Amino acid sequence: MVSLIQKSSLKLLLLGFGIVALLSSMLASMLLGIHIFDVHTLWLSITQFNGSQEHLVLRGVRIPAACIAAVVGANLAIAGALMQTLTKNPLASPSVFGINAGAVMFIVLSLSVFKVDLPFEQMIYIAFAGAAITAVMVITLGSAGKEGFMPVKLTLAGAAIAAFASSVTSGLMLLNNDSLTEALFWLVGAVYGREMSELLTVLPYMLVGWIIVAFMFRPLNVMAIGDDVAKGLGQRTMLTKIAIMVVVILLAGSSVALAGPIAFIGIIVPHICRYLIGNDHKWLIPFCAVAGALLLVSADTAARFLLMPKEVPVGVTTALLGVPFLIVIARRRTYE
Amino acid sequence: MNKQITVRSTKSVFSTQLSSKGIRVIALLMMLVAITSVVSISIGSMQIPLRDVIAVLFGAHHDMYSIIILDLRLPRTLLAIMIGAALAVSGTLLQGVIRNPLASPELTGVTGGASVAAVAFMTLGSGQWSIHWIPLIAIIGGMIIAMLNYICAWKGGVSPYRLVLIGIGFSTAMSALTTFLLISGPAFLASQVLGWMTGTIYGLSMDYVWVILPWFCIFMPLSLLLARVLNVHLLGDSVACGVGNTVQRHRLLLLFISVALSGAAVGVAGGISFIGLMAPHIARKLVGPLHGVLIPVSALIGALLLLVADMAGRTVFSPTEIPAGVFTAAIGAPFFLLLLYKGRSSTA
Repeated sequence: MVSLIQKSSLKLLLLGFGIVALLSSMLASMLLGIHIFDVHTLWLSITQFNGSQEHLVLRGVRIPAACIAAVVGANLAIAGALMQTLTKNPLASPSVFGINAGAVMFIVLSLSVFKVDLPFEQMIYIAFAGAAITAVMVITLGSAGKEGFMPVKLTLAGAAIAAFASSVTSGLMLLNNDSLTEALFWLVGAVYGREMSELLTVLPYMLVGWIIVAFMFRPLNVMAIGDDVAKGLGQRTMLTKIAIMVVVILLAGSSVALAGPIAFIGIIVPHICRYLIGNDHKWLIPFCAVAGALLLVSADTAARFLLMPKEVPVGVTTALLGVPFLIVIARRRTYE
Repeated sequence: MNKQITVRSTKSVFSTQLSSKGIRVIALLMMLVAITSVVSISIGSMQIPLRDVIAVLFGAHHDMYSIIILDLRLPRTLLAIMIGAALAVSGTLLQGVIRNPLASPELTGVTGGASVAAVAFMTLGSGQWSIHWIPLIAIIGGMIIAMLNYICAWKGGVSPYRLVLIGIGFSTAMSALTTFLLISGPAFLASQVLGWMTGTIYGLSMDYVWVILPWFCIFMPLSLLLARVLNVHLLGDSVACGVGNTVQRHRLLLLFISVALSGAAVGVAGGISFIGLMAPHIARKLVGPLHGVLIPVSALIGALLLLVADMAGRTVFSPTEIPAGVFTAAIGAPFFLLLLYKGRSSTA
């Protein structure tokens, strides 16, 4: 398979361009919406916060939304790329670990057990715990049995547990209608309505994930060739696999805690990046991070204009924006 | 110890190998389906003795029970069997064609298209037309999206990989559209739509049996006829070509059957998940990957799953009815995980 761009200098240029695009789209996301602000107001709201309504909107809604969208988009894209490398299945994404479904199930479960609206800070921890517990369960089941850890088994166990969790979720939701509206948020995913402090709560986990992945480019490249080859080359494959799984749980778990289950980015962005710059993880992971962030931020901004004055959950727009890309790329590449 | 019996018609239109184990499993599952059906008819908000159920089914008349059994519970049971089997076979064919264990009927865009059509009908039509149109509308919607998917994936032939990638795109776009319609529509419709999307066979009458029966009777036998083609497809395009298989034409045919079966099922029952994805895997764990046995076993498992799920939906939280789609995974997943855990055959 030959990627579109071969030269390292061109890749670097493209990455730089991507970062610039990301920053400008974040800026646009802070400024545009029902109320349109100018850069000066934005600057003033950060440096000289005066409590006016404009400043409140900017600091309380727009800036957190842009930052969360960027972080979550990057996380999901990286996690997707890692999952595809780990399972050698192009259809794999963080949701295959049951992370989304597990987090949502725990949220809805706690909503219907406690019958009160929990503060979001606690919600985030519940979602995170749910994501981690399901992921660990999937991994244990996927590596149990005679043959030990096998990507196919892992994938299947993940799909089964995800199906189980989402069916429990919809059962609970249908049983008590009260929690329905609250839970609907967790079914579609969105980046608005969150505060900076909530981002800061989960940021440490994300940082750990990013740092681990930064040290793993070479083992990832070896792992992508195949388990047997990796073993033959002297890689401790089990260690690499565990590291990948830890990173995926950290990144995807914190993302789902922040923004709910935003599908699609984890599948589509790695595919687009592989097409552009190839399979070398040294390039792939940074590209995925930038492209994922860019896609989610611009999708979130676009979402505000779709159904004014209502806000459309960003999951809707990511899909509508991403599909044409996906079709073009899938048609361009030759398989088999 | 596991003898293979070759069954072949004279012109070898139909040809398959049956293992003795496969036959045993099929017989056992058939018995289970029959017993579950009778039990499913007998229990509910009004308990009917098993003896009376069997008597009425064999034509006896009973003043009180006849109406309940023949008009209310029998259609539901028949539908559960047919829809479960259709979804399971649809998934089996798709996993064979695409050669990916994560493939499920949803990937062809059928479910997505059907959902959008049905939800649009519910929210935009705002009760102008009878809800009896929903199956037809949903089937048409599902077919259109599946066709679009195929056309977009066509480039001098369709590769399974491209089909799946574009399929993911389409089904995500469709589910996005469904969400969009859901939140832009009135709030009271949300729970009705959610129920439909989870999949339910609650309150379906004999009319619906006639809707799905033709699809079932045409495409089920067809899929069995194509079992040996599927076996060849599993080996990869180049090998399939090498042994004289017209890969593209058969792929289109298999995909069409898969889409038709799941389309009809989704149209009648909504988006019941899990069966299409997991019933084939459960079947494969039981009888191995040869499609001659795999297709019937997987159909029976699908039927059994939906029967039990529907029964659970009616009784567990009685008097509240829970959509069967909630229980398909709740019952099937633990069973599947158990099979996975035991790991008796490594073919997945």
